[in-house]
Amino acid sequence: MSGQRLPAAPPITVDGVRAGYGRIEVLHGIDLQVPAGSIFALLGPNGAGKSTLLKVIGGHVRATAGEVHLGDLPVGGRSVEHLARLGLCTVPEGRGVFPNLTVRENLRIWTYSARIPLGEVEERTYTAFHRLADRRQQAAGTLSGGEQQMLALSRALVSDPSVLLVDELSMGLAPLVVAELYEMVGELAARGMTVLLVEQFVTTALAVATRAAIMTNGRITAEGSPSEMAEAALSAYLAS
Amino acid sequence: MSQFLEFTVLGLILGSVYAISATGLVVTYTTSGVFNFAHGAVGMIAAYGYWELVTHHVPGALAMVLVVLVAAPVFGVFIEWLLMRRLLGDTGERPVMVTLGLLAILIGLALVLFGENRGDTLSPLVNGTIRILGVGVTAQDLVIAGSAAAIAAALRVLFHSFRLGVALRAVVDDPELLATAGASPVAMSRTGWVLGSVLAALAGVLLAQQQQTSLDTYTLALLVVSGFAAAVFGRLRSVPLTYAGGLVLGLAVVYFGSYAQPHLGTLGPDLSAALPMIFLFAALIALPSVRLRAVGRLSTLRPPRVATGWESLIAAGAFCLVALACSMTLTGTVAGGTSSFGVILDHTMAYGIVGLSLVLLVGYAGQVSLCQFAFMGIGAFLMGKVAGGGSLLGLLLAAVVCAALGALIALPTVRLRGLYFTLATFAFADAAYTGIFPDTRVLGQGLNVGQIVLPGLSFGSNRAVFLLLAAAFVLTALLVLAIRRSLLGRRLVALQDSPAAYATVGLNAAFTKVAVFAIAAGLAGLAGALYGTAAGTVGTSDFDIFTGVVFVLFVVVWSVRTVSGAFLAALSFAVLTHVWTNGVGLFAGAGIVLVGWTPNGILGIGPLARLVPERWIGRRHRATGDAGSLVGVVDGREGEIRAAG
Repeated sequence: MSGQRLPAAPPITVDGVRAGYGRIEVLHGIDLQVPAGSIFALLGPNGAGKSTLLKVIGGHVRATAGEVHLGDLPVGGRSVEHLARLGLCTVPEGRGVFPNLTVRENLRIWTYSARIPLGEVEERTYTAFHRLADRRQQAAGTLSGGEQQMLALSRALVSDPSVLLVDELSMGLAPLVVAELYEMVGELAARGMTVLLVEQFVTTALAVATRAAIMTNGRITAEGSPSEMAEAALSAYLAS
Repeated sequence: MSQFLEFTVLGLILGSVYAISATGLVVTYTTSGVFNFAHGAVGMIAAYGYWELVTHHVPGALAMVLVVLVAAPVFGVFIEWLLMRRLLGDTGERPVMVTLGLLAILIGLALVLFGENRGDTLSPLVNGTIRILGVGVTAQDLVIAGSAAAIAAALRVLFHSFRLGVALRAVVDDPELLATAGASPVAMSRTGWVLGSVLAALAGVLLAQQQQTSLDTYTLALLVVSGFAAAVFGRLRSVPLTYAGGLVLGLAVVYFGSYAQPHLGTLGPDLSAALPMIFLFAALIALPSVRLRAVGRLSTLRPPRVATGWESLIAAGAFCLVALACSMTLTGTVAGGTSSFGVILDHTMAYGIVGLSLVLLVGYAGQVSLCQFAFMGIGAFLMGKVAGGGSLLGLLLAAVVCAALGALIALPTVRLRGLYFTLATFAFADAAYTGIFPDTRVLGQGLNVGQIVLPGLSFGSNRAVFLLLAAAFVLTALLVLAIRRSLLGRRLVALQDSPAAYATVGLNAAFTKVAVFAIAAGLAGLAGALYGTAAGTVGTSDFDIFTGVVFVLFVVVWSVRTVSGAFLAALSFAVLTHVWTNGVGLFAGAGIVLVGWTPNGILGIGPLARLVPERWIGRRHRATGDAGSLVGVVDGREGEIRAAG
């Protein structure tokens, strides 16, 4: 499996995962099954451990106990870049772009996992996000927040990943831009990939999700359909 | 007109020399975020390696290939693995210190293996002379000019038109993000160091061949220093601008030396040698701060517990008793000279005060200064010149004038952060060392400082002079600790943690920075005056810029955040400079490798940390957003704020 790409839209299995930073444990034994090909929304208040769980799945943080599988592939012990080349795409929290590189140079970096030429990467990106075409020679750090997220999301667009992890896509963005970005997430999922979204804005995430779970204090406290989770999320937020 | 043309051609060739070394610096900074002070030293070792091969009858071209394309890449891989991997993305003082340590260790190694001056010259790669615009130019000069232009052009294309080059730039911005894109940050960083080492080796061999003087360790290692200004002109990022900066600097140096310097005559010191550093200082002040961005992310350390007033007084009392006991071994008068032990004791105290100024400046305020020895030299000069030498007025003026001068230097440079501030202090130190101190009216080869006379006290004996120095050290240590416990001390820690937060609560960051730099400069000036009066005569070599840099490393190796660290650094430095001069750099360099592993220095290692009053209790933290840890200053007390999520 080391050189092969992941199969299209594999399930994500999180089995008894514990993880943290130094001596502080953030995840206290997480069990989660993200169905193959689903758009799974992970909701919860600040400090619940959502981003940490995403980092464990993405290979950024090592689990101190338990294991994560992407299909049959165990994540543990693999480097982030190896997982990326196998077909795992992460859009990290904040703005997942290189601020000192131009838009075009950022796209050039995406070709490491895209396996298609730069010209095609540009064509796909600019077709989906017209605004970026006019800014191709502009440093990414000077783009608006929404444009930076479009550029970050373009990675998923060009690399045809099997698994897409998205962390707080809507952070600090106007509602119209968020809607546009989530529309793209829906389109991406339709191409055949498993999507795991971490989001604080419940309605935004549940509108696109096919399944969801609530996290509080490093534990999964509820899991179900988006409509079932809408109410559970409200009480989780109020309780925090 | 023909003379102008001749100067122009000479200036362009000199500019190419600056450019070839500066572009290497820019490549390393662009690909690793580290300003490699050891760049020239790598070139120096390469030049010696080339010389060894050629003297063993290896053909020049083959020797060039072996050194530049085989040995240099291996060296690049090695230092990336040993030193730099743990520093990726760190914008604190450690990367600067580690490269300064590498500079020290390579110079130390060269001194041990090859001596200070080899006495041989390297024959040029190509021979012959060509006339350009009526000016005779050697083929070697043309090779250098051509190489500089070709390297600049090739690097421009690599960094902007090739995926590898773009990824090499990206790794400094965000290594983790690069990994999520499928590229290995470690492989990129390693490639950057390989490229930097290759360019350093190429520059070293070419420039050593161009130098018509014999192979000299210090000259070769510091040859790149003149290129600093060109690199800053290119904002440490742009290779074409750096190349242009090198050419402008070369032309300026030649024009100044040919047209302006003769008219200055004996009015002022010879500024030609100091011109590149004056340019560097000017460039740092003139360039908008937004263009001088540091790359990488913030890393910070938890500050040490500070000794209470009582703990300080008890430690000072104990220190005085030990000093008194040591003084019993000293005999004779200052005029009659003193024993090696006496010199070591005197130097320990004087260097100790400089070390304390570094604790204040680097340890508490986070401003890495490389010019404390320059202030020492100025202090010694004032002590020797005011009121016929050795007067109380001279001692006071040494502290006051240096403090004022420190404030004057700090005022235009306070907006500079991190590396750029360090470069500004380096520019000042180098300008003083190469342009001002050698003048016979300043220090020259030797200035008689004179025996100190204080009202009602005689300091004719070696014992009395040592006790005076020891008393000055103890008082300075108490002062530095008192500053740390004061409002100013808490402000320094707060400012180091978050300049933005500091400003938002209405505190004046510029004033605090200028104040601490001025106090530290005043302390170094005082140390210089005392050093001078203990030594009797001081010369330019006493305040050598390289020695000054190595001393900073000693303090960092022991612990730059503690008074004990300053003392142990001064003691070990004084002992080693008397016992094994060549080993000083090696010790500092080897010690600084430790700093890559234990940021708190020797005194921060496990059980040792519990033996000193201001013990370290923390470890390195990196601010990484959620679930990272942040060190904050709350109501003047250091507290840790953790956010997990």
